[in-house]
Amino acid sequence: MSPGSRIVRFRVNGDPVEVGVPEHHTLVEALRYALGLTGTKQGCDKGDCGACTVLVDGRPTLSCILPVHEAEDRDVITVEGLARGVEPHPLQDEFDRHGAAQCGFCTPGILCSAAALLDESPAPTREEIREALSGNLCRCTGYTKIFVAVEAAAARLRSAP
Amino acid sequence: MSRGERGDFAVIGQRLRKIDGLAKSTGRAAYTDDLVLPGMLHGKILRSPHPHARIVSIDTSRAEALEGVHGVLTGGELPTPYGIIPWTPDENALAVDRVRYVGDGVAAVAAVDEDTALQALDLIEVEYELLPVVLDPRQALEAKGTYEAGDYIHPPRKEGWNGNVTKMVKLEFGDVDGGLAAADLEVEGEYWFEGTTHAAIEPHCAIGLFEGTGRLTVWSSTQVPHYLHRELARVLRLDPAEVRVIQPPVGGAFGGKSEPFDLEFCVAALARKTGRPVKILYTREEVFYAHRGRHPFDMWYRTGMTRDGRLTGVDARIVLDGGAYASFGLVTTYYSGQLLTAPYDLPAYRFDSTRAYTNKPACGPKRGHGSVQPRFAFEVQLDKLAQLGGFDPMELRRKNVLGSHTRTINELRVTSNGFLECLEAVERASGWKERWRRLPFGRGLGVAGSTYISGTNYPIYPNDMPQSGIQVQIDRSGRVAVFSGGSEIGQGTDSAMAYIAAEEFGVPLEHVRVYRGDTDFTPVDLGAYSSRVTFMLGNACVDACRRLKAQVCSAVAEYWEGDPDAVILRGGRAFDPAEADRSMPIRQAFQLAEARWGTLGATGSYNTPKDVHGSYRGGTIGASPAYSFTAHVAEVEVDPETGVVRVEKIWIAHDCGRALNPVLVEGQMEGSAYMGFGEALMEEQVFKDADHGRAGLHDAPSLLDYRMPTSLDTPDLEAHIVESVDPEGPYGAKEAGEGPLHPSIPAIANAIHDAVGVRVDRLPFSPPRVWRALEEARRAGRLAKPAHPAERVAEGAS
Repeated sequence: MSPGSRIVRFRVNGDPVEVGVPEHHTLVEALRYALGLTGTKQGCDKGDCGACTVLVDGRPTLSCILPVHEAEDRDVITVEGLARGVEPHPLQDEFDRHGAAQCGFCTPGILCSAAALLDESPAPTREEIREALSGNLCRCTGYTKIFVAVEAAAARLRSAP
Repeated sequence: MSRGERGDFAVIGQRLRKIDGLAKSTGRAAYTDDLVLPGMLHGKILRSPHPHARIVSIDTSRAEALEGVHGVLTGGELPTPYGIIPWTPDENALAVDRVRYVGDGVAAVAAVDEDTALQALDLIEVEYELLPVVLDPRQALEAKGTYEAGDYIHPPRKEGWNGNVTKMVKLEFGDVDGGLAAADLEVEGEYWFEGTTHAAIEPHCAIGLFEGTGRLTVWSSTQVPHYLHRELARVLRLDPAEVRVIQPPVGGAFGGKSEPFDLEFCVAALARKTGRPVKILYTREEVFYAHRGRHPFDMWYRTGMTRDGRLTGVDARIVLDGGAYASFGLVTTYYSGQLLTAPYDLPAYRFDSTRAYTNKPACGPKRGHGSVQPRFAFEVQLDKLAQLGGFDPMELRRKNVLGSHTRTINELRVTSNGFLECLEAVERASGWKERWRRLPFGRGLGVAGSTYISGTNYPIYPNDMPQSGIQVQIDRSGRVAVFSGGSEIGQGTDSAMAYIAAEEFGVPLEHVRVYRGDTDFTPVDLGAYSSRVTFMLGNACVDACRRLKAQVCSAVAEYWEGDPDAVILRGGRAFDPAEADRSMPIRQAFQLAEARWGTLGATGSYNTPKDVHGSYRGGTIGASPAYSFTAHVAEVEVDPETGVVRVEKIWIAHDCGRALNPVLVEGQMEGSAYMGFGEALMEEQVFKDADHGRAGLHDAPSLLDYRMPTSLDTPDLEAHIVESVDPEGPYGAKEAGEGPLHPSIPAIANAIHDAVGVRVDRLPFSPPRVWRALEEARRAGRLAKPAHPAERVAEGAS
């Protein structure tokens, strides 16, 4: 291990992981480069666009500005961890059904923000959805189909047994 | 929703999922930066800190000596100039002897990791000799002197010419002076459209791999793999047969990835130099400097009209701020005038457009290339004329519509035209008749219309080959494989091809595979630009499918001893509707065909009709096999104290010919209206001058400071699809990706006028600018809601 590197241990999508990375690396770099979890995207690398959003201990977090050592011992959920096996998360399915992902590059981050919203607020209003996604830029959709998909997923999650 | 002829389709027109939607929403879709090749190096590009300078010397020795550095590249190693337009090759992969904007590439490094590459950039010593800087396009056009002294940004193309001019276009159709002289009413206006950029969320990325045999592969987030293929071969001096371009899914583009960029040449050359694969990923800041976005336009319009509301003539002068390189600028200069001649019947029209070089990042095509800016000016002119003549602006537009199956004043052939239905749709949905001019002070509605091309009729480099090609294979498993050169940038091209194949062969959508984005095994498609793909690649796909379908139907008919024309492929079966016992699973039909004809495959292609353009020089630019039409109504609220404009809602009606999948068409309409809204109120790609920092430095090269709309800013967007069913589009389809952006901006401008009675003719409609207009009106004692024409007529009569 070269000087300036360190070993960080945390959980990703339920699994314990141990990565050796340069000290200045951020969580997104550890996820993408060290762990091969490329579902999480880098759009600006300075916390502006939200494409790198993951859940850290259940809270939406910009992984491009979180130093990786701050993830030590914490629970990280990425877009790859939203599905249950082959069954996509209702949000993922509704994004697909409603065409809420056009180029798809902002989608993983938006899904993580939306998943956190639905955990806290099972029946969000349109305004609450707008608010919850306001840190995630989408350049393709004009957001309309994203709102519709989040509302549809919320309804499905509420009616799930 | 207004619908054209419904048509009897099983798949086309259904609200379907995209074939790649789940891959994208589960994080499985692998974009260029998600790819890692064994032994891959990382590259970085050293960029000029000066807006205009001569390169005196470059010393790379210290960088080369740094441990972990495998190769350093400078401009002299790739001296062949390139440019997306073959007549204006004015760029080099890296600057050879001169830099022309802050951010111009000077050298590139490949190293074991990004950190080492960045460290190496610091060790490269470049000596510059500073040259005069010109940031203002009008100043650029007034320059006199020589290229050598730095008075011009590029060498003049002819002795005595100004080297700061990319292109001048002057065209006149009909008698403009006569038309304007005969006008009862006339409006003259000056308009400023600020530059904006695409800001796709995926930064540009490319990977180069050079194999010992002399074969180059480049993966790139490009929307034009074919043109990249050609330019790589030219600049790297390779045989095009040795070059392969792979296009992974692209994370948004909007025109910002529609020409080659320095990183693609650098990864190729560095891979050749080092023997290792090399990846370069732009930082967000580099994306802002790479730009190629919407040109700033300085526009002047004079528009004449008769007392009864018929346009008599339009005169326009435009200066385009092109930035440091030509990019698509030759076409932009034409488009700035050529695309204004519909949806209204202009009896006489003249434009005089000049594109200037300036020491800023090059402008190029952004969604609605070259025609969004004049459309803003023209639709506001119409609104002013309506006000002057006492017309409902909706009515004024109706009085002047160009019909269907006709030619425009500049001789462009127009086929289907659903513009009147678009106007009706937004008029009804917005409650226009009851609400326009009737909302309280501070609230208003505005309307605007537009047209756009469904692909440019001529390819970028002259040739007679098809614009789009596709290959389709079917086999005994019942599966259909489509090999598509189409560029999937989020608009759903791959899915559209799958819908077409599923429709034609009657197979379930899940049994269609689309293999794509690789110049080694897909036929050529020219790329995702000019809204050409659904129309052109769609027609190619229908062509290929129908050739193959004929073989299937004939084999089945032979088996039944019937007529091939009676065989229907639909719902997973082949059947003869007239004979109840003649029905079989589609798989069996494919097997009969495979037995009868051998291995089953067909290619299909599309080329444009050649008699649809103008007979004058430049008359091919603006020609398209079909035009889309759009109308918007925007509703705004203006705070008269602060000048803050809030757009509440935009109603969008768009004639896309036929919606192959309404979900995707609505998505294009909503996304377009959003993007136009951002340009109207928030976005500015502007640069500092020497008085406000360092000349040529980007004012806000980040996604925080370049203010693009968030989910909180974006208005409600309501899409109404109009289907005029084009005679030449696949199933009648036309474009939907760019046209629906155009009316957003003038509709908002006109709504601001309806709300508070002031005109803001310069973009963006930011609070300071709107506040100043309000203040001026307040001081003049005319700050009020404009009167409804009915009331004005009554006032005039009294």
